[in-house]
Formats: sequence, structure tokens, C-alpha cells
Amino acid sequence: MFMFEKAVQGSRRYWIWVGSLLVVISVAFLFYLYQLQNGLGVTGMSRDVSWGLYIAQFTFFVGVAASAVMVVLPYYLHNYKAFSKITILGEFLAVSSVTMCMLFIFVDMGQPMRVMNIILHPTPNSMMFWDMISLSGYLFLNAVISLIMLSSERKGVAPPHWIKPVIILSIPWAVSIHTVTAFLYNGLPGRSFWLTAILAPRFLASAFAAGPALLILLAMIMRKLTWFDAGKEAIQKLALIVTYAMIINVFFILMEVFTALYSNIPEDAAHLKFLFVGLEGNTELVPWMWASVLMAALSLVLLIVPRYRRNEKLLAFTCVIVFLSLWIDKGIGLIIAGFVPSPLEAVTSYIPTLTEISIVAGIWAIGMLMITVFYKITLSVRENLMA
Amino acid sequence: MRDRGMIIAGLLVFLALVTFPVWYDLAAGTTSKGPDPKLPTQEKDCVAPVEYMRTSHMDLLMTWRQDVVREGMRDYVAFDGKTYTMGLTKTCLKCHDKKEFCDRCHNYAGVTPYCWECHVDPKLAQRSKG
Amino acid sequence: MSISRRKFLGVAGAASALAIAGKTSIDALASGSSTKAGGGAAAATRWAIVIDSSKCLKKEGCKDCILACDKAHNIPRFDDPKHEVKWIWKEPYEDAFPEQQNPYDDANLKGEPFILLCNHCDKPPCVRVCPTQATWKREDGIVMMDWHRCIGCRYCMAACPYGSRSFNWFDPRPHIKDLNPDFPTRTKGVVEKCDLCEELLAQGKPPACVAACPEKAMVFGNLDDPESEVRELLRKHYTIRRKPELGTHPEIYYIV
Repeated sequence: MFMFEKAVQGSRRYWIWVGSLLVVISVAFLFYLYQLQNGLGVTGMSRDVSWGLYIAQFTFFVGVAASAVMVVLPYYLHNYKAFSKITILGEFLAVSSVTMCMLFIFVDMGQPMRVMNIILHPTPNSMMFWDMISLSGYLFLNAVISLIMLSSERKGVAPPHWIKPVIILSIPWAVSIHTVTAFLYNGLPGRSFWLTAILAPRFLASAFAAGPALLILLAMIMRKLTWFDAGKEAIQKLALIVTYAMIINVFFILMEVFTALYSNIPEDAAHLKFLFVGLEGNTELVPWMWASVLMAALSLVLLIVPRYRRNEKLLAFTCVIVFLSLWIDKGIGLIIAGFVPSPLEAVTSYIPTLTEISIVAGIWAIGMLMITVFYKITLSVRENLMA
Repeated sequence: MRDRGMIIAGLLVFLALVTFPVWYDLAAGTTSKGPDPKLPTQEKDCVAPVEYMRTSHMDLLMTWRQDVVREGMRDYVAFDGKTYTMGLTKTCLKCHDKKEFCDRCHNYAGVTPYCWECHVDPKLAQRSKG
Repeated sequence: MSISRRKFLGVAGAASALAIAGKTSIDALASGSSTKAGGGAAAATRWAIVIDSSKCLKKEGCKDCILACDKAHNIPRFDDPKHEVKWIWKEPYEDAFPEQQNPYDDANLKGEPFILLCNHCDKPPCVRVCPTQATWKREDGIVMMDWHRCIGCRYCMAACPYGSRSFNWFDPRPHIKDLNPDFPTRTKGVVEKCDLCEELLAQGKPPACVAACPEKAMVFGNLDDPESEVRELLRKHYTIRRKPELGTHPEIYYIV
């Protein structure tokens, strides 16, 4: 039923790729055991910067997961036929991303064996409780949708009628997962960098730029390595979505900058100062943030000018810098700067350790492995159908 | 069957390995040894009947944990009417020696309750001061 | 014997329900019973501490309250400040009250150490965000921690506007100088903070820090008792609290 046998038949190149991913995952697993044994002190986190790369990566990939809605909505709600071949790829991307998110949370927990406590002692006033519900629900929704749609395609029948409302449900649900994740941060009175009403809209805008950018790159990789071609129109439409989302995202960030700097409230401006200039001699994130800004600015030019956007080679480069820029902004800058300076105005350095980076790489590898397996199955199914 | 020798040899090795727990204990003379916990001498009765404690001391401790930590209740009226303060170190370990009593059965049964990660064995405290 | 799938599921469901009901009844019949602590809380109790900073600063370099808390609660000592665990500590005035400073501050305040601890807020953001209720607000005002339930997500640490919470980045046991058997240690992977010595309060004793202060600078009492010493002090003196504009209603008051 799950067609996994299709994932264990592949070329030499396929197996080298899968093999490398498995190596990274195994190494990460060993590092995780080391972390379990010794405690989270083996990471770079501290009493002041109590969330680090794990939670930051979780935040970023919730966005990537939510971005599946950008292919699902046009196709299922508005019958945009050009997306017909890639909606399932978006849904599989969502499944892989949400899994990565849950893994990031798991490796960040101090007592992971007690994770069931969230279910045994439900706490509706906690946003983390709702985050768990919405992420689990989204994972379940997309897993069911992908399975049903691919099975139906394989059998050559129309999908069962009940899947349509499930797919429609996944659209607002996608928005909800990233809104709830933003609520984790922007309801905290003591963290002024996060205490902004625009955080959820910002999250969604950057998600809808980063996710489709990744989807474009995945489509281009598949066109290069396999027979599958998503189609020029689909890719161009996705590029247009990335363009608008990126414009809105950069606009939102400029709004934040204006509010913090013009109001001159020292606490609000301090976090931006830490990111872009440095604070008390700590300039750890400054080069990263400026790289992100430059990549964002360049990407805007390359996206907005139609001639550049239509050039697919250039588009590939643009998608890479969009993804990287947003990954730095959300996956590094946002979380760390929320903690620096601390509410007592302390500046603490945060540098992820080898353990932390290996575990993060391992979770990426798990996500990439899932995408590989899912896309391989999809392609094999469609190959058989064509034959 | 060309490989008869190898197969029989492999089967014998497998049998030896899988029955290891049985013949090793027999050879070392440790089979008849039970847990043999050292009973306390200070008090005659525990906070609950022996049979209940044997089967359900974890249930009791979980109830105590809930009452002390989450309800702020600390007094426990035992089956014989006596009042005790609920607490692993405070009450249980006042009479029972953690190593000579608790660990004996736990080691025999192969369980490692993680209570000891936090709850202090008074003997440890003495040693750290001494 | 052939049985339809539907029938099998029905029987299995009924059997499970009976088993669960059976276990619950057996538990309820277990021997022994617990009673609420005698005397216990007054009709209404809201514990608070008033700290007189001028008395506190009398003895220079005094750390008696911190050392008393360390001893009473097996606080581990880490050399790396990134991993430190502290329930009560000192912070210069500018960092304790960052929004209250001015360049012409009283010499008595500038740079002077203030004693900081968990504020046991009336409206604690840490309690609001905890996904497992491992931290909650008791009726007597204490923001309590259950180290058995904490999953170590550190959401409460992000939510606390006062930096009052510490995480056990490593196993604390090897880092405890003087192991006190009267209080458990904690284990790696859980968050901890001042618990207002609720175990001492249950015995009718004051918190360790309050008892240890040589100048009696810390006064502990019940805000709901209009005759209490804390209420008296709050009537007589102007007091400040940390970040009152956040709506947390902290219950640690400072006489400056």
C-alpha cells in the first residue's frame, strides 16, 4: 500500500546519495546519544540564551511545511491546472518538513522521555500545547492526502470524494501551524524583540517565499536528474509567488526596523543593534545578518525584473539566495536575538557546538531522505503509468 | 547436505549462547540466591502492610508524590492510625537503607528507578561531609 | 471459530473498558489515606517578601541569603556562567531595574547590588506557557515547580521577564558542594527556580534567605493579612517592583 518497494530500486547515483544521508544520520544519532547522556550543556545554549539552533531550525521549517498551501490552494480551490503535477510534491515536502520540526523539538527537550506529558496533562493556555496539536494534525492531514492522491493516481482512478474537504481543510490548517508557532514567541511580555503583532504575518510571508523557492529548486533538480519536468508554467507561477511573498516579507522587516529605531525605545532597538552592529563587543551574528540583507536585496531585483525571473538558470541562483537569506533571518537571527540582550541587559555569546551542528545536520538529512524516498516513489508510480 | 558440519556447529553455538543465562548461573552457584534485602530494625511496621508494599510500593510513592508536590499535603495516616510525613528520604529512608534494602531487590529484578537521580540517600550526604 | 471483525472490535472495546474500570476501583480501595497538613494556609494567603535595600547594603559583600539558599536546596555550582544555576542572586541596580535608572541616580543606588529571586508573580507568564503544568500558581501565591513533570522545553525560561529560572544543563550532583539530605537534588534536563521554601513554610519556618539575613533586610509575610509586617512596610515606605508595566504583578517589593 505504501509503495516503499519503489524506493529501494535505484541507480548507483541514487544509492550514493541515500548512503551519504544515512551516514550523516548515523553520526547525528551518536551525537544525540552523547547529548542525552551528558545533558544539553554540550550545546552552545546557556542560562541567558536558553533556545538555540534546534528551536530556530524548528521555526524555519514550520514555515517550509506551511508553504505547501501555496501549490494546494491555486490547484484545488481555483483549478489552476499548471500545478497538477506538483501538488503532491508540495504535500510530500510538507510531510518531511513537519517531521523535521518535530524532531527538532524532540532533540531540544531536556527530558524527552517525558514528552507524553504534553498529552497526558493538556494545557490549553499554553501555546506549545496548541503547537503540538496543530503540527500533529498537519502531519496527519498531509500524510493522508499524499497517500490517497498517489494511490489513486497509481490505480488510475479518481480519488475518493471525501479527500476534497480534507485537502481544503489543510489550507487554513497550514496557515494555523505557522500562526501558532509565531504565537509561541509573540505572547511573551519579557521578550520585546518578539513582542510584535506582525510576527505571525512576517512568518507567513517568509514561509511563502522560502517554501516555494525550495520547491522550484527541487523541481529543477528532478528535471536534471530524472525524466520529470514540472513544466515551465508551473515553475514561473511559483517564481511569481516567491516574488510577491519576498516583497511582502522585506516590507514587514522594514516596518519592524522603523518601529524599533524611530520610537527610540532602548530595549527595542538593542536587539537590532546586536544583530546588525553588535552589542558590547559581541558581533557574532553581524556578518550573517548583513549577508542575509544583501541576498534579500539582490533576490528582490532578480525576482521583480521579469527578464531575470524568466531565465531559469538565474532563477535557480535566485531561489538559493532567497532560501539562504530567509534561513539566516528566521533560522538563526530571530531566535538568538530574542535572547540578546537578556531582560537584565546581559549580552551572552551563543556559538553552536559540534554536537549541536551534527544533530541539526542529521535532522536535515532525515528530511532530505524522506523527500528523496517520497519523490522516488512518486516518479516510479508515474513512470509505470506512462509505460 | 554438504554443509551439514557447519550447520550443526552453528546450531550448537547458538544453543550455547541462548542458554547462557541458565548454565552460567548454575556454574557460578548463584542460582539459589534471592535478593535478600536487609530488613530495618528501628520500626516494626512500615507505612502500609508488608504484602501491599511488596506489590504496590510504587503506587504509594506516586500517590505521595502527587500529594506532596502538587497538593501541598504532607501528612499520611497509615493503616494502623499512625501519622507519617510523606517523603522518600524523610520517611522511607529513615528506616530502610537504600543500598542494603532497596537496591537488593531492584538489582535482582533488573529495574533502575530514576528516583535516586534526585532523591538523596542520607548515607551519601554523610559521606560527602565526612 | 469465526467471528466478524465488527464483533471482535466490540468485544475488545468492552473488555478494555472493564479492565480500566477494574483497575481504577482497585486503586481506590488501596490502603492508607492522606490528609491536608494541619493548620495549613490561613483563610486567604498571599506570600510576599519586602526587601529593604538600605539594610541589605549595610554589610558589604554579604551573601548570607544566597549561601543559605544554596545549602537548603542543594544548588549546584558551575564555574561557567553559561551553565550556572541560581535561585537567588545579586545584580547591580541598573540591571535589576533597567527602566528606572537615570544618569543622576543616588549614589546609594548606582551600581549597588540588589537581591533578585523569583517574583512569584500574581499573573506569571511562565505558568501561562508551561505545556505540562509542571509549574503552576498555588493558592497561597507561590509559583511552584514539579520536577517530576518538567519536560525541559525551557519555554518558561523564555517567558520569564526577570531571568529567574535556571536549567540543569548537566547532572547537578557532582557540582554540589554540601549535599543536604533534607531536600532532593534535581536531575539534568529540568528547569528550576526559587520555590519560596515551601517545604520550610509547611513546617512553619520562614524561607531560608529571610532567616539567614543578618540585618533582617528581608521581611516575609502574608499580604492578605492587613496587620502583617509586610503590609506595614508597604504602607510606610515607597517600594518598587521589577518591570511592573508588564502586568505580571510581582510579589517581591524593594524599599529603595
